[in-house]
Amino acid sequence: MDNQTLAVQIDDLTVAYNYKPVLWDIDLSVPEGVLMAIVGPNGAGKSTLIKTILGIIKPIAGTVSIYGKPYSKQRKLVAYVPQKGSVDWDFPTTALDVVMMGTYGNLGWIKRPGQKEKKIALESMEKVDMLAYKNRQISQLSGGQQQRVFLARALAQDASIYFMDEPFQGVDATTEIAIINILKELRKAGKTVVVVHHDLQTVPEYFDWVTFLNVKKIATGPVKDIFNDDNLTKTYGINYKVAVNK
Amino acid sequence: MNIQEYFELVWTDYTLRTITLGTAVLGAICGMLGSFAVLRKQSLLGDAISHAALPGIALAFLITGAKDSGTLLLGALVSGVIGTFWIRGITTKTHLKSDTALGLILSIFFGFGMLLLTFIQKQPNANQAGLDKYLFGQAATLMESDVRLMIIVTGISLFVMVLFWKEFKILLFDADYTKTLGFNTKFIDVLITFLIVLAIVLGLQTVGVVLMSAILLAPAAAARQWTNNLGTMVLLAAVFGALSGVFGTAISASQNNLSTGPVIVLVAGVFVLFSFIFSHKRGLLFREIRFRKNRTDLKLMKTLQFMYGIAQEHENISHPHAIRILNNFYGFTKGSLKKLENEGWIAIDGQQWAMTPKGYKQAQEMYNQKPINE
Repeated sequence: MDNQTLAVQIDDLTVAYNYKPVLWDIDLSVPEGVLMAIVGPNGAGKSTLIKTILGIIKPIAGTVSIYGKPYSKQRKLVAYVPQKGSVDWDFPTTALDVVMMGTYGNLGWIKRPGQKEKKIALESMEKVDMLAYKNRQISQLSGGQQQRVFLARALAQDASIYFMDEPFQGVDATTEIAIINILKELRKAGKTVVVVHHDLQTVPEYFDWVTFLNVKKIATGPVKDIFNDDNLTKTYGINYKVAVNK
Repeated sequence: MNIQEYFELVWTDYTLRTITLGTAVLGAICGMLGSFAVLRKQSLLGDAISHAALPGIALAFLITGAKDSGTLLLGALVSGVIGTFWIRGITTKTHLKSDTALGLILSIFFGFGMLLLTFIQKQPNANQAGLDKYLFGQAATLMESDVRLMIIVTGISLFVMVLFWKEFKILLFDADYTKTLGFNTKFIDVLITFLIVLAIVLGLQTVGVVLMSAILLAPAAAARQWTNNLGTMVLLAAVFGALSGVFGTAISASQNNLSTGPVIVLVAGVFVLFSFIFSHKRGLLFREIRFRKNRTDLKLMKTLQFMYGIAQEHENISHPHAIRILNNFYGFTKGSLKKLENEGWIAIDGQQWAMTPKGYKQAQEMYNQKPINE
């Protein structure tokens, strides 16, 4: 991996709300084309890490670069799937309208989405198998369908790097499989995908790269090399093997 | 004067026309911008801003000695904006939640405003008559120049809203995501808030500090009941607001000059009540009707499903069976059998029923949740 292009590079990143650090001196490199899980206990700073990379949260110190340049210059290369609980699903709009929002970044200020944007949005909905629901009011979607709409919105951004905050949270098995298949397709297309993930059991099956995080970075690398009891214990503070076998 | 006379007079009588036009325009702009406040869950912001405007009015009078609404409203605008920034400051810089910040600013500014008002009243030579109209509003004092100002501000707001429609919409739905797309969310946020402050300040003379937030929220809350489309909601809220203004003025003018502001607010309240009960989508009445209908439909489907179970066991699905065998099944009545026949799902012949291919297919697909005709 020495001469591999780095999609994301983070140096000395520290984030704190008030005095307590949430992320402490993080150095992290994500090679291009990996499907990476960020794992760690609650409060480990997983979502904060993603939000800081995306500029939603300002760090106290440290830099983030996307393909070697600051994030502010590379926005169009990056797509984001927030936690689905972060918005009000009773907002008066349709599924298609939400997916269309993915095209707003490329449109820029003031310009209205037109036929081209609608076509992109419809194609994205097709990929997540939600085309039949395009005119549905979003409050009438199930949790899994809402997650697919968010995924479709990110696909409509047509980015190179995808950041996803717990896309499997509260979705059924069918949706989980559908989502992971899309993520694997993205990787096949050479995209980089970074996912905050909670289910340790599925890490080896779903991902090829993993980062252990608990305020500090514990380890990062290929799943087959570093996804072991040692790192799990360091991250979660319990003897992981024992906990799973019980 | 009764209401009918009012509507005849409104076209010819200069004063009535001015006041009616003023309250209508005010209702429209407040309904429009109130939709944004409601969707951002900042309903109380309007209340805080309008109360925060009061000391500005008093100070503008103290400093300039002017009594014209233009000067006083400029004062209101300044203190309203200051109040808004303090609310934002308190919520971002301290651990206090926004309801606390709103309550604090509302009462402190309002208290200060009241203090200034009583101070002005005690001045021996002060021609203070007219300042307290900003407390409860007095539509009768609207002049053509006031209405012209309202129309200009409404026009500007409308233009800004159409221009930044996409940005407003995405910020209302998902602010963090908007930021990641590269939009300056602070700018959009300040723009929306500033328009709301403008609308509130415009309404102070007519509706007053105390009731202002109602005219901002009521039309929007009513409109939300009727539609699931943001554009339609904003438009409907503007219409509801304008109608509240017109009918409020009509009622107040025809009933011995009842105070206009409160009447407008009450009319807007009637719109809300009506919408909560009668809207076809979210209204209480139709929800109850839908609930009952769903229950009958479900019972019907249960019966069909039971029949499907029996029909499945025969090679010929349309093999006739005795109606008697259904007797021990809950949910089966003569009425429901008739309904099933009407749908073409079963055929009844004397004391026997048989499933039709259509009914068989319906029962088969009952649990397929994909929408068929969307």
